[in-house]
Amino acid sequence: MNHIRNFSIIAHIDHGKSTLADRFIQYTGVVEDRDFQDQILDNMDIERERGITIKSQVVSLPYRAKDGRSYTLNLIDTPGHVDFTYEVSRSLASCEGVLLLIDAAQGVQAQTLANLYLAMEHDLAIIPVINKIDLPSADVERVIDQIDSELGLDPDTHLKCSAKEGIGIEEILEAIVERIPPPKGDPAAPLAALIFDAKYDSFRGTVIHCRIFDGAVKAGDIIRFMFNGATYRVEDVGHFLLQRQKRESLSAGDVGYIIAGVKTVSDVRTGDTITLENRPCPKPLPGFKEVKPVVFASIYPIAADDYTDLADSLDKFKLNDASFVYEKDSSTALGQGFRCGFLGLLHLDIVQERLEREFDLSIILSVPSVRYRFTLKDGTGRFVDNPAHYPEPMSIIKSEEPYIRAAMMLPDRYLGAVMKLCMEKRGVNSTLNYPSPGRAELIYEMPLAEVIFDFYDRFKSVTQGYGSFDYDLIDYRESSLVLLDILVNGEKVDALSQIVHRERARTRGLQACERLKEEIPRQMFKIAIQGVIGGEIISRTTISPFRKDVIAKCYGGDISRKRKLLEKQKKGKKRMKMIGNVSIPQSAFLAVLKSDTE
Amino acid sequence: MDKRSIPNPDGNPLPAAQESDELPGLYIHIPFCVRKCAYCGFYSVTGRSQIPDYLAALRREMDLYRGWAASFDTLYIGGGTPSVLPAAELEKLIADIRGTFAISSDAEITVEANPADIDAGILTTLRRTGVNRLNIGVQSFNDDSLALLGRRHTAIQAIGAVQRARDAGLENIGLDLIYGLPSSPAEGANGDMMPHRVPICGHLTTWLATLDTAIGLNPDHLSCYQLTLEEGTPLAERCSRGEVVLPEEAVQADFFCNTSEFLEDNGYIHYEVSNFARPGRESRHNRKYWNHAPYLGLGPAAHSFSGRERRWNRRSVDAYISDLESGRKPVESREILNDEQLRLEALFLGFRTRRGICLETFKIRYGRDLLADKRDMIERLSGEGLVEIRDGFLRPTRAGMAVADSLALI
Repeated sequence: MNHIRNFSIIAHIDHGKSTLADRFIQYTGVVEDRDFQDQILDNMDIERERGITIKSQVVSLPYRAKDGRSYTLNLIDTPGHVDFTYEVSRSLASCEGVLLLIDAAQGVQAQTLANLYLAMEHDLAIIPVINKIDLPSADVERVIDQIDSELGLDPDTHLKCSAKEGIGIEEILEAIVERIPPPKGDPAAPLAALIFDAKYDSFRGTVIHCRIFDGAVKAGDIIRFMFNGATYRVEDVGHFLLQRQKRESLSAGDVGYIIAGVKTVSDVRTGDTITLENRPCPKPLPGFKEVKPVVFASIYPIAADDYTDLADSLDKFKLNDASFVYEKDSSTALGQGFRCGFLGLLHLDIVQERLEREFDLSIILSVPSVRYRFTLKDGTGRFVDNPAHYPEPMSIIKSEEPYIRAAMMLPDRYLGAVMKLCMEKRGVNSTLNYPSPGRAELIYEMPLAEVIFDFYDRFKSVTQGYGSFDYDLIDYRESSLVLLDILVNGEKVDALSQIVHRERARTRGLQACERLKEEIPRQMFKIAIQGVIGGEIISRTTISPFRKDVIAKCYGGDISRKRKLLEKQKKGKKRMKMIGNVSIPQSAFLAVLKSDTE
Repeated sequence: MDKRSIPNPDGNPLPAAQESDELPGLYIHIPFCVRKCAYCGFYSVTGRSQIPDYLAALRREMDLYRGWAASFDTLYIGGGTPSVLPAAELEKLIADIRGTFAISSDAEITVEANPADIDAGILTTLRRTGVNRLNIGVQSFNDDSLALLGRRHTAIQAIGAVQRARDAGLENIGLDLIYGLPSSPAEGANGDMMPHRVPICGHLTTWLATLDTAIGLNPDHLSCYQLTLEEGTPLAERCSRGEVVLPEEAVQADFFCNTSEFLEDNGYIHYEVSNFARPGRESRHNRKYWNHAPYLGLGPAAHSFSGRERRWNRRSVDAYISDLESGRKPVESREILNDEQLRLEALFLGFRTRRGICLETFKIRYGRDLLADKRDMIERLSGEGLVEIRDGFLRPTRAGMAVADSLALI
């Protein structure tokens, strides 16, 4: 156990986390140079393109330190977005220390701080590392000052590197060995293993990523998931080089995988504890939360014929993304589809993109919604996350919406702007703390619906990227709600309906019309867009038709050229949904949630 | 790309879903110009030294296609500028065409000419060889516009040319005109860098004056093309540099409608997006392009269509000549249209014509009942005044023709 170090790299986006991980992998010889590929841990295309990590990744780095001993350094890569905060916290719970990576040119940024706080919550050893020291704009002295004044860490503990140029890598590996404590735990105690991620392998079933805190596990053991009591026989255990590497057993302090023929993906919950059936540990490891979807939207195929394909794809997709839930749904305007739950808007965005890319589907998502609670005259209660199921208004005696506790961390010069934004978003019961001079922690209770609606982008914008934001669901509170419908040329498009706060209804109706006007291309006839509440038109806009769309000349019998252009347009049009006689592009459905304040 | 390795169902037109009953047309490309116009994207070269070799190659190509069709009822010699050919060469060429292909006795035979080339010599040749239709590239009767377009003749020359052609006894005379010319950018910072008269070229009044002069000459046919910027042409580059700007869509629509109204009021039928004619003087050759009738195009970059196959020649005089010297057809590429492609073409070509799409013929030739498939949309468009159904035809209105490309995508 003394030869193991479990650590993570935490950083603001683009401060070089993936590049540093790449260098560790090369330096320790996990991959041959010729097999190397940039951002090797981000193995989904979408992760490389967006430069974000969606799924956790683990790699065990074999390292011979200057003390002459061989160590196993387990690097646990973490996702980097507020939608995945819980996953990050479980990954960090599996570590004893972190590298806090700071860009030498940009200095301390919002996520630097947010991540630092997360690491501190878990009592982890923190090694500040200043990256990109090779940049002409690097200002190492300023960053050292910030480590002291803004992060409250001992500035003498910092290391310098350029992950891109491979400078300072060995010093960091040495510091990991020296400064991050080895894992503690009792290999002889009953098994307690923390699940921090899982992946689905079509041949082996679910591959569980875990950290062993106590005890040991080997092939043939019967394990039990403490949350739901499900038991499985272990087929295989091991650790991760870049691929899985089978081992005899995993024991206290190890990070690795367990394969136990788990086909029921929902049995594997991030944060749950695995123990042995015949010798259970007394209580699960702390910190387990059941992750529940908070944002709901329906997915429809653009071509009705693709419904079966969509159903198959969602089924397969679910295996890889346990936090994604769905059930059958249908819309008058869009036909057969599925109602789906997501962890947040980014999660929704990623699901949409992965479905289109990996399964080659053209889909439309309805306007996202949170889950509301209604109490009806007959005394029954009903949760509604789909505006299409909004109860008959006369039958409602009480309506409630979910509230969150939003914790924001920001330089105090942005306080005024952020408080204004929070108030606009119906925030209440604020508290303000100053964890360090110049650095404010602002807490608000806010309706979740307001946060979905364009909050995060505007928060980042008013704090110029220096603010960090996190939230927890707290409770349901009574609220005055109405159903806002959108009519396109007189026809209701149910997938554009929203449940909104009565006071916000008019503004939201106007915004929705304006955004749709921007998103729906001009067509051959006038398109009227109306926002309607309970039969009353509250907003209206029109898209004027174009009057000229014909090429003057089909050159000397060259019909092919024009036909090819039209074929291309026709293909583009197939990616739009025909509602009545109006082609509505995919982008319109999400755009109505965005305000036009920027 | 050279696709000559593809097996070539040579010569014999492939069957369409249902054959067109029209006779095929023959197009001959003369890829030579005295100079390139600022807007023109057609293939042509400005040196005239290759003319003899080119004509020899053209005769070889004609030979290779001997027997392509039993007979042709239109012949169109276009360019480039066919009128740059010496009169004797033109006469020999037409004689050789007649010697190789059966041109029916009542065929429409058109030659394109630049006003600057129309002299007594060429007119006599045209008459003698049986050319019965002369299409004159006038483009504008405004000298500033002609300069902007890079034309090598003046308005006065053009008027003289039309009159000479008429006097020489050519009955069927067509004029090509261009509208929707660019203007200098409004209040452009570099306004003083512009030739000071550019702005009025783009004005509607300038264009209406050209139209007025045109009908004063009493032509049988008028082609009024809205200027399309062709990539790589000098005018397109001036536009991309921001020196001149094209009119906005709403203004283009006004030009289109004004042109249509003006000419229809003066007895010309707006029978295709860009074409107007006295009754009975519609271009029979061009109509083949819009009707999916077969045509054979010879010369570099020329296109042919035979029921289901489109093919086009290499876009280089050198390559064209060398291919034919080695006995190869100078085909650049070909494509076989599937039913859906044929349907799309029939729609977009049909909506370009005032006659519209014959619903019954469409059903038979392309296997779709438009009225049944698109009833809602057609009703909607009809309500908007863009199409009408009359005598079994789905016809675009004037406003409908202005958006014909969109109509094709319903």
